[in-house]
Amino acid sequence: MADNKFETPEIREYPIIPKLQKDVMSHSKPFIAKEPHQEPLGFPGELVDDWHDVAIKKMGDLQSKYRSLQVYLDSCVKCGACTDKCHYYVGTTDPKNMPVARQDLYRKVYRRYFTFAGKYFPKLVGATDLTKEVLDDWYSYFHQCSQCRRCSVYCPYGIDTAEISMAAREVMDTIGVGQKYCNEIIGKVHKIGNNLGLPGPALEDTLEGLEEDVEEETGVAVKFPLDVEGADVLLVTPSADFFAEPHVDGLIGYAKVFHEAGISWTISSHASEAANFGMFIGSYDNMRKLALRIREAAIKLKVKRIVFGECGHAWRVAYSFLNTLAGPWDFLDQNYPIPQHICEVTHGLIKEDKLKFDKSQNDDMVLTYHDSCNVARASRMGDKAGGQFEIPRNIIKAVCNNYHDMSKDTIKEGTYCCGGGGGLLTDDLMELRVKGALPRMEALRRVVEDHGVTHMAAICAICKSQFSKVFPYYDFTMDQIVSVHQLVSNAIILTGQHDENDENDGENHPQQDIDEAA
Amino acid sequence: MQISFLSMSIAALFYIAFLVLAYGLISKILQYKSTPAPLKIPTMPAPTTQAGVIFRMSKEVVFFESLFKSSKATWLFGWLFHFGLFLDMLRHLRYFIDPVWFWVVLIQPAGKYGSILMFIGLAGLITRRIVVDRVRYISSPSDHLMLILLLCITSTGMAMSFYLGADVISVKSFFIGLMTFNIQNIPADAVLISHLIMVAFLMIVFPYSKLLHAPGLFFSPSRNQVDNAREKRHVAKWAEKLEKN
Repeated sequence: MADNKFETPEIREYPIIPKLQKDVMSHSKPFIAKEPHQEPLGFPGELVDDWHDVAIKKMGDLQSKYRSLQVYLDSCVKCGACTDKCHYYVGTTDPKNMPVARQDLYRKVYRRYFTFAGKYFPKLVGATDLTKEVLDDWYSYFHQCSQCRRCSVYCPYGIDTAEISMAAREVMDTIGVGQKYCNEIIGKVHKIGNNLGLPGPALEDTLEGLEEDVEEETGVAVKFPLDVEGADVLLVTPSADFFAEPHVDGLIGYAKVFHEAGISWTISSHASEAANFGMFIGSYDNMRKLALRIREAAIKLKVKRIVFGECGHAWRVAYSFLNTLAGPWDFLDQNYPIPQHICEVTHGLIKEDKLKFDKSQNDDMVLTYHDSCNVARASRMGDKAGGQFEIPRNIIKAVCNNYHDMSKDTIKEGTYCCGGGGGLLTDDLMELRVKGALPRMEALRRVVEDHGVTHMAAICAICKSQFSKVFPYYDFTMDQIVSVHQLVSNAIILTGQHDENDENDGENHPQQDIDEAA
Repeated sequence: MQISFLSMSIAALFYIAFLVLAYGLISKILQYKSTPAPLKIPTMPAPTTQAGVIFRMSKEVVFFESLFKSSKATWLFGWLFHFGLFLDMLRHLRYFIDPVWFWVVLIQPAGKYGSILMFIGLAGLITRRIVVDRVRYISSPSDHLMLILLLCITSTGMAMSFYLGADVISVKSFFIGLMTFNIQNIPADAVLISHLIMVAFLMIVFPYSKLLHAPGLFFSPSRNQVDNAREKRHVAKWAEKLEKN
C-alpha cells in the first residue's frame, strides 16, 4: 500500500467544491494490527468467528454508554451542510469521505438492527446488514477520518463524525480488526511510557545533550530535568519533542521559559508522553489507563502543577478529559488551571513582563499560524472562550515582527486538519495524508504569494510531523513548519546570556515589544 | 346525530397517531436523557456558563446558526420552511381551543402566508436534493418521500386556504370533539380528508424517522455542554465503576 503511486492534487487558485468520484479511495487501508499489538490492549488477535454478532452487541453497548452516539445516529436529516467540509473529501473527492456519508456507513447498520424503519423497510431508509463488504468499508473509511471535528462546527445539530469514527474503531477492535499504528503505539505507552518506546536512560541522554547544546549556544545553564522529585511543574509533552525537528526546538523553548521565569520543573520517565492514542480508537478504558500514568507521575514526583507541551490531541484529552479520567486533582496547587498549556504559561509570563525578547531574532521569517484541529475545536486556553485562538497568536506576535493570518474560513474554529491527525500519521496512509493536506496547502500557498509568508507555526506534534512530510509534495520545504516555542526560543533573552551577535535594536526596546503583544 | 364511517375512521386514525407520536417521542426523549455523556465534548469555542449554553442553543433553534455558517442556500430554504411551519402550527391552534386566544386570532393572516414560506422552502430543499450531486448521493428514498409528504400537506392546506375553502366550523367541532371524547362528523371533503390523513401519517412516522432531529438537537452534547472541564469534574455512572477497581 505504501508503495502505491499517486498524484499530488493540484493547488487550485479558486477552491471550488469538487465533483464526486466514487470509490477512488476504497483501496486506502492502514496495516491491520496483529496479535502482539491487539492483546496487550485487551482486544482479540484476529477476526473472531462470531464477529457479526459480537459487533452488533458492541454497537448496542456503545449506544447505551454514549449519548453523543445515540443522538447523532438518530438526528441526521441528510441536509448536506457537511458534505464539502471535510479535508479528506476536498482532497480525494471520494463521496464516502463526506462526513454524512462516512457516518452513514455506521448509521445504515444501526438502522438495520436497532430501528423499526430499518428492520421492516430497509431499502426505504437505506439500511443494510453488517456484511464483510460493509466491514471492509468501515476499515477503509473510518481510517480516513482524522476526528478533527470540522464537520461538527457546521452541522445544524452539532453531529460530530469523530464520535462515530471512534465508535466504529472500537467495534472493529472488539472483533479483532484493529489498526496496527495506533494499537502498537498504545502498547508501547502501557509498557514503556511513551509513543516512541524511548526508555528512561535514552531520555536522560537526550535531555543531557540538549542541556549541553543550549549552554554552548547561550552560555546559560538551562536545565532539562528528568524525574526530579519536588519540582513545581510536571511537564508532559509529546515524545516527538525529545528529538524530532522542529519539535525539539519547541522543547528548548519551554525549558528557556521555565528557566527565565524561575519555575522549577521536571519531565517524568513514567509519563513521558502527552499524546493519548486511546482517544483515536475510542477506547475509554485505554484512554483512562494512559491518563492515569500522568496522575501516578504527579503523585510520585510531588509536583504542584501539570503543564502540557505543544500537542493537539493531547491537549484535548488534557483539557477536556483529564479531570474526568484521572481526577480529582485536589493534591495540586489550585491557583493554577489543571492542567495548564505551555502557551498559557508563556502567555501569562509575557503579560506579567517576566520575559524579555529580541524580536529581530525571528526577522528572517514571515509567520502564519496553523490552528491545530483538536486545540481549536475540542479544547480551550485561558479563561475566555476562544483563548485557544488568541493566546498562541499573541505569543507569536510578542516574539516575531512579521505575521499574517491565513484566510478566514481556514483558521480558528474553521481550521483544516493537517491531514495526519486522529491516528492516521503513518506511512501506510501516505496517499491519504498528502491528499488530505490539500485545503491547508492551498490556504498557505495564498499567504505565501500575497504576503510573502515563509514559515507556518503550529502547536501540535502531529501537525509538525505531517507538514514536514507532506510539504515537499506541494513544493514547500520541510523546514517551513516551526514550533511556536521555537520562535519563543529564538527571541527570548536569557539573563546572563553571552552576546554572540552584535548589539541589536530589538534588545534595546524589549519592553516596547512586550507591550505590543499584550 | 349519526356519525359517519369516515368520521369514525379519521377519529380512530388520529387517536392512533397521537398515541404513537406521544409514546415514540417520550420513549426516545427518555432514552436520550438516560444515556450518559461520559466526556466533555462541546464543539469549541463553547460557552463557559449554563446561561451561555441557553443562548447558544437558542441561536441554533431559532436562527439555525451553524447551518447559516455552512450553506447559505440550505439555510435559506430550511429556515423558510421551519419558520413557515411554526407560523402555520400557531394558526392551527384555533382548531383546538375554544374560545380562541386573542393572539391566535391576530396571527391568522401570518399563518396563511407561512404556508407560502413552507412551500418555497420545501421546493428549494427538494430541488437541492435532486440537483446537487453530493446531496443526491447521501439521499435515501425516505429522504425524498419525507419532502414530498410535507409538500403535499402544504399544498392541500394552501388549496383550502386560498381557493377551495373548507368547513372550518365543522373541522373545529371535530377536533374539539376528539379532545373531549365526543366524536363529531367531519365534512366529507376530499382535499380536507387527504390533508388530515397525511398529517396523521406524519405524526406516526415522526418518532421513527429523521424527524427525531427535533428532540435530538436539545440533547446534542457538542452543543448543550458547558465548557468547564477543568473546573468541574464530570464522570458518568458507568465510568465511576472503573474507578473502584
